[in-house]
Amino acid sequence: MKFGVVVFPGSNCDRDMQDALQNDLKQNVTMLWHKDKDLSTFTTEDCIVLPGGFSYGDYLRCGAIARFSPMMQSVIEFANAGGKVLGVCNGFQILCESQLLPGVLLRNANQQFICKNVYIKGVGSDKALSIPIAHGEGRYHADADTLASLEKNNQIIYRYCDAQGNITPAANPNGATKNIAGICNEGRNVFGMMPHPERACSDTLGNTDGRLIFKALVMNGIAQAKLASLV
Amino acid sequence: MEVTVKTAKQLRLTEEEFELIKQKLGRTPNFNELCAFSGMWSEHCSYKNSIKWLKTLPREGKKMLVKAGEENAGLMDIGDGYGVVFKIESHNHPSAIEPFQGAATGVGGIHRDIFTMGARPIASLNSLRFGNLNEAKTQHLLAGVVHGISHYGNCFGVPTVGGEIYFEQKYHTNPLVNAMSVGVVKNGETVSATAKGIGNPVFFVGSATGKDGIGGASFASADITAESAEELPAVQVGDPFQEKKLLEACLEVIQTGAVVGMQDMGAAGIICSTSEMSAKGEVGMRIDLDKVPTRQQNMKAWELLLSESQERMLMVVEKGKEALVQAVFDKWDLPCSEIGEVTDDGILRFYMNGKLEAELPAYELVLGGGAPQNTRDYIQPEYFDKIKGFNPDTIEVPDDLYEVAEKLVTIPNIASKRWVYVQYDSMVGTVNASTNAPSDAAVVVAKPTNKGLALTTDCNSRYVFADPYKGAMIAVAEAARNIVCSGGQPLGVTNCLNFGNPYDPGVYFQFVNAIKGMGEACTKFDTPVTGGNVSFYNQNPDGPVYPTPTIGMVGLLDNANKKMTMDFKAAGDVIYLIGTSRGDINSSEYLHKIHGVEFSPAPHFELDEEFDVQQKVASLIQQRLIESAHDVSEGGLFIALLESGFNRELGVDVVASDYKIRKDGYWFGEAQSRVIVSVKANKQAAFLQAMEGFAFEELGEVTTGSVEVDGMNWGRITEWKEKYDNAIANLLAGHDEEHALRAL
Repeated sequence: MKFGVVVFPGSNCDRDMQDALQNDLKQNVTMLWHKDKDLSTFTTEDCIVLPGGFSYGDYLRCGAIARFSPMMQSVIEFANAGGKVLGVCNGFQILCESQLLPGVLLRNANQQFICKNVYIKGVGSDKALSIPIAHGEGRYHADADTLASLEKNNQIIYRYCDAQGNITPAANPNGATKNIAGICNEGRNVFGMMPHPERACSDTLGNTDGRLIFKALVMNGIAQAKLASLV
Repeated sequence: MEVTVKTAKQLRLTEEEFELIKQKLGRTPNFNELCAFSGMWSEHCSYKNSIKWLKTLPREGKKMLVKAGEENAGLMDIGDGYGVVFKIESHNHPSAIEPFQGAATGVGGIHRDIFTMGARPIASLNSLRFGNLNEAKTQHLLAGVVHGISHYGNCFGVPTVGGEIYFEQKYHTNPLVNAMSVGVVKNGETVSATAKGIGNPVFFVGSATGKDGIGGASFASADITAESAEELPAVQVGDPFQEKKLLEACLEVIQTGAVVGMQDMGAAGIICSTSEMSAKGEVGMRIDLDKVPTRQQNMKAWELLLSESQERMLMVVEKGKEALVQAVFDKWDLPCSEIGEVTDDGILRFYMNGKLEAELPAYELVLGGGAPQNTRDYIQPEYFDKIKGFNPDTIEVPDDLYEVAEKLVTIPNIASKRWVYVQYDSMVGTVNASTNAPSDAAVVVAKPTNKGLALTTDCNSRYVFADPYKGAMIAVAEAARNIVCSGGQPLGVTNCLNFGNPYDPGVYFQFVNAIKGMGEACTKFDTPVTGGNVSFYNQNPDGPVYPTPTIGMVGLLDNANKKMTMDFKAAGDVIYLIGTSRGDINSSEYLHKIHGVEFSPAPHFELDEEFDVQQKVASLIQQRLIESAHDVSEGGLFIALLESGFNRELGVDVVASDYKIRKDGYWFGEAQSRVIVSVKANKQAAFLQAMEGFAFEELGEVTTGSVEVDGMNWGRITEWKEKYDNAIANLLAGHDEEHALRAL
């Protein structure tokens, strides 16, 4: 499989994503410019990544403009055809704006940008994983029906937790509904998460928990099996 | 409009300067030309009251790849074919009036200084000073400045990895906002801010020009008064998304080989970039101001010359390669306009719809050319008598030191700055190696090499106030100590010299002596001053700020993986103090905040002793004999021990080694040149052998969590951590409640 990382003019985690996938996980990565449309070299076995950043400045709602970019039209088609798409942080916001994932990301409960290591629990590990967050608008929100269906279909792939893996209000950094840190679509080929796994892949930086996430979600094809067993 | 000495004074030029301008031009300048001089001869651009002393600083070193002050930022060799570009700059005056935009554009401006040289910024730091945090005004300024830095830096995508914040009454009206940026560049891919090649086109790239920030340079060259708020248009407005695109476009356009020279537009906008680039290349320029993209209609020539609209660059392009440049800026959807060409006579000619609006010799405008270089008088301020008169014996050693420690750990100057730094993206770029393993200096990876850069900003301005000469030496020494304790070798310095009004002889005395001390220390540590910034006029009717010569220092690690960390690693490790314990309470947080003593001498410091301690620590790290290293600074030895314990929630069992030393001085004094290290039991013999003949003492050992001092139980490390981590947030939250109640 190979990865395509979309570069919007305000993406600022695109190079980090490339670095993590290429150098830490030894994957084949192509960078995709937002004004282009061509995804013909990608098959549904491959994965398109929407990286973090501020796509088009995000002075409007985060990701609201990005969904209309030429490349996003192709990414939406790719996803609808069953191709794997992973959105991290701003990428998650764009996936929600594009309605590839349900729900929205609101301003953090404390009204401030938050950057720190948090613990999340979900696909890829039975233990809590330490992964950084860095966002001002990461409070996941959805209506009751959507939440019920997310839970029923095991679409909640990551929740904020404490170091021991307990999902508690105190471990929720941004006020997200039900401690939701990441979700997938019903087809289980589109994944969105606020925490940054690409920032936790390097030995030099002292945290490699992010590798487990990439492997579980999009590389090993075990995502679906694991998802079923998730609380 | 007739130009007279009155006009000149309105533009903040003196009568003598007006005469000098007439003399240099051989005629009376028109209004546009006078405005150009007003901007370029402002303190901010001309360094007219500081340059003579700045030249006395050590500004040479074999690793320097450009001369000090020659380019927009310092450039030093880090090996493997790469260089580090770094600079610190102030944005104090705008931040005092409009903290959010003031701080945001300060961040934007310093990053432009880095990427205009062809380097990609990889880390930023900031050094902030505010008044008393109990006051609503300070809380407003703090929230605004932090939000501004966070807004701009996070979006631009460069991690904020370090810095410092102090709260002192002297900064109540004049907060200080100093931003530092550090970039990495491949040797041979740097760009100079020099115009060359007669007939080469001059391009204006980046955001369109508006009326914001007009007169910003001269605004920053005056005291802050009640009328300052009326100067709001002098504050610039930033757009980090635009700057992010400008960064990528500039780095991309350099790769085309079309760029001859480039300079960002900061203070004094177009007039500054055209005159400095021309003067350096000994050429002139013809510029059509009507070709500058604008976002407001009917802008006048002087407004276009002086506007400090953000996110703009001036670029000289090789003739015939214009299309290459245009293509890159089209790709990034940024305005790009050919506005003139390089000429051979050293004269800048600005036209507006074909009409000549200003004709100025570039050389006469700039620092190092015709700009004035003043010698100022200075005299020791009267408050020094009070400092000399302080007798520490009048301060009784408190019976309950635990109670003192409990207060100290929540003083905002000492407590965790977590409330601030979680608002900064400290990890974007995946270079910050300190997130998961903290060191005294932030260690970042200089990709694509494996080298590490150790970065720090330091200045305890109360020490400088007490003794400008010694205090500035301590600032340099502490920066070097932080780098050494992180496993790095100090490489070079950028400085941000924040002082009051230079026409006040007492302020100038502080400035001169601080420069002397800084120079001596930089020579000792072999860290040349590669550039920086002077910010005078940090003064208001109540007086000047503490003299604050902030040191930004860069250190080098041959391999980022070899860094040393500050945290204790395991219970049972033995704790040592390298250096000498003293009963010195002078100028400590303890003396100032607990006892309320404003005037006392700077703490103990000897340059040679400091140097020896650093050499010793460096060699212990190299021999892998220690598990952690952390220097003793604000709050003294006890606070330093706590700080080393917090990360892994390990406690200490320590006993003062010398009962003759006054206990408050021993635990809370801030005598310099001390480092606490921890050593594994199996390395103790080798450690003791390595320390033979050197001043050090055994303090005790690391515990699983309890804190024992002189045989008494002082609680658990987690309790101390709770107090330390939340002190600032609690203070701010308390006030939120008060405001809410008042609103009811």
